[in-house]
Amino acid sequence: MKLLIVDDSLIMRRAIERCLSGNRFTEIRVANNGRAAVEEFARFQPDVVTMDITMPEMDGLTAVERILRNNPKAIILIVSALADKSTAVEAIKRGAAGFLLKPITIESIQEALDDILSD
Amino acid sequence: MEEYILKVFSKSILRYFDAVAGGGAVLGTPYLGGESESAGLGFSAVIGISGTYRGNIYYTASREKLHALLPALGESQPDDTLCAELVGEITNTISGNAREQLGAGFMISTPFILEARPLSVHATRHAALYVLPVNWRQFASRVLISLSKEVDAAPSPTTR
Repeated sequence: MKLLIVDDSLIMRRAIERCLSGNRFTEIRVANNGRAAVEEFARFQPDVVTMDITMPEMDGLTAVERILRNNPKAIILIVSALADKSTAVEAIKRGAAGFLLKPITIESIQEALDDILSD
Repeated sequence: MEEYILKVFSKSILRYFDAVAGGGAVLGTPYLGGESESAGLGFSAVIGISGTYRGNIYYTASREKLHALLPALGESQPDDTLCAELVGEITNTISGNAREQLGAGFMISTPFILEARPLSVHATRHAALYVLPVNWRQFASRVLISLSKEVDAAPSPTTR
């Protein structure tokens, strides 16, 4: 399976990659904002995307909409520090498959992926 | 309002260290900073707040503390780039987590990293600057909070 990690934080991109590489994903690419994510999705056609929300240039919720407009079956897990319920609800309304709150652990991100991939 | 905000950020900070480092963070007694607080500890980041509140949230930590914390995130070879990234990510996470209590109207910017520069913090107009000491292992760091509530915003929930 192919994974696209989208986060403006180098620390988070590397942490998520370490958590998930060698797990079920054989190919992983990264993007550091929503605009780059939309472009990379079109080139890479990943099976799963992890998507931050607060990023420069284009936020993650807008990127979710843009990706799903062209790829309605895209599986996108939001990974964000925004802890209010309305943001999680908005993410799901826009088509995200799940919402994981930062700070993450290996267990929490693997469990979140298990949940969205088993649906 | 100040006591409530300090409790919200205290919860966010403890949650961060619990998840990332297995706990061990101890919060010191918050104190009022001066009008222009020189509080930098080496690496600092700031997030701008708008919406129901206006102001800034800072996090500052020493290189030694960040080098000790980075392996908990899987980084076995800490360097200054990673230190700068980490203060940005901590500031982002504790500010974003604060929305659990403060709501979606507590709007946060992306972090601005003040790498290895002296940190001179200015209080937001009409708001005090609070310094919240955060100790982890033998290392000190600080969260600096300067927020004013926007006039049209709803009142803060009652402190419990």
